[in-house]
Amino acid sequence: MTVALELAAVAKSFTMHLQGGVRLSIVADVTFSVRRGACVVLAGASGAGKSSVLKMIFGSYRCDRGQILVYRGGECIDVAAAPPRRIIALRHDTIGYVSQFLRAIPRVPALDVVAEPLIAGGTARDVARSRATKLLRRLNIAGPLWGLPPATFSGGEQQRVNIARGFLPEFPILLLDEPTASLDAANCEVVAELILERKRQGAAIVAIAHDPALRDRIADDVIDMARFAAAA
Amino acid sequence: MSGMSNNDDAPLLIADGVSKWYGRQLGCRDVSFSLYEGEVIAVVGESGSGKSTLLQLLCGQIEPSAGRVLYRMRDGATRDLAALSEAERRFLARTDWGFVHQDATLGLRMAVSAGANVGERLMAVGARHYGHIRAAALSWLDRVEIDRERVDDSPRTYSGGMRQRLQIARNLVTQPRLILMDEPTGGLDVSVQARLLDLLRGLVADLKLSAVIVTHDLAVARLLSHRIVVMKGGAVIESGLTDQVLDDPREPYTQLLVASILPP
Repeated sequence: MTVALELAAVAKSFTMHLQGGVRLSIVADVTFSVRRGACVVLAGASGAGKSSVLKMIFGSYRCDRGQILVYRGGECIDVAAAPPRRIIALRHDTIGYVSQFLRAIPRVPALDVVAEPLIAGGTARDVARSRATKLLRRLNIAGPLWGLPPATFSGGEQQRVNIARGFLPEFPILLLDEPTASLDAANCEVVAELILERKRQGAAIVAIAHDPALRDRIADDVIDMARFAAAA
Repeated sequence: MSGMSNNDDAPLLIADGVSKWYGRQLGCRDVSFSLYEGEVIAVVGESGSGKSTLLQLLCGQIEPSAGRVLYRMRDGATRDLAALSEAERRFLARTDWGFVHQDATLGLRMAVSAGANVGERLMAVGARHYGHIRAAALSWLDRVEIDRERVDDSPRTYSGGMRQRLQIARNLVTQPRLILMDEPTGGLDVSVQARLLDLLRGLVADLKLSAVIVTHDLAVARLLSHRIVVMKGGAVIESGLTDQVLDDPREPYTQLLVASILPP
């Protein structure tokens, strides 16, 4: 099977200048790859650097060392070294990211929050909105909420809006940070089905999932982050 | 520099080692970056960091003491602003560029009606048909959410938020390729700010505008920009993707800025 994403010897630390220059090593030598149609689940204790790895793949954290290779068509792009424009372009057509919490934008209704990445990628507004509607319905977001900004929604509703936003564009690489953390059983099931569907469509998925039942259903490979603990 | 590049993929605007001294007082030092079409760059930093000087340099309002500002014209040729004639530069300022001031009274003509404020920019590019100009003005008032009934009123009778939206309409009516904004939400009430930001966000995305926004408000930068340039003491100390700079700030001063945001 074709590799879609490959991390090679990736390391990350933070230097906290406001705390006297304390250096926190988060991960070192992170090396793994994800094939098309496969899901890799990152496992490990809180603070093991799981979310940091996802953010480095998405480009919102910088890496200290190593390569993050995204294979797209005949191309290979190293996110760790790519200029900002290249990363923005990847986010428009290649890498989707469902963060743990929705970053609510004032005044923007849920439907537009969900449709926005699709529109940014060039899909016509009405097509994007109609597809967004379908996905919101599938995720059990009630119709009267679609026109409202999600800032006042419950935690579970916000998370489902965020999931809809991340899943709608059907990107070949999908990063999921605890996608079911605040969902009830019925909605967890919907998300599990969505993930399995995406895998069948050939998406390469990297997920953080604490729920063992979800992990067993979606994972082709579980990676223990302890392997990548940085030497203190 | 004429004819340096006709490539669509070439930057729209290039700051190349730009410095400005006011006598012995430093305005900004050795600033370099490229802005591509459809891209929004936020320049952040505290008062006196050189942000507003940089903005004035970028549109040729002041001349750099060293370095160059290059702009890709509509014909595809990238030109040094310093090499343009005064007439060419004024034409760009009236048509291809927009400048949104923090103080709307600087960007508007307060003595004429709102409709005339928008129509005037169109007339500067040769529009003469009164009906067309008025129709364009009304349509832009709709777009910036100003009641059509107010088209003949003077902006003096407008609230701060309305004046700012009118200033944006006046700037965008000529379909400029580059918008420079100096603290566009500064001095507005929070609710008014949110509305303006939402409007700007929509316009930037729909019109694929290229913009440089000077702001000290990191939330504004997060919402509107693709990339951030952090300035301190006249120099660029850090730059990168907006979420990279805000979520993983590297320099002590950037970390201080980010840590100083009060959570809502």
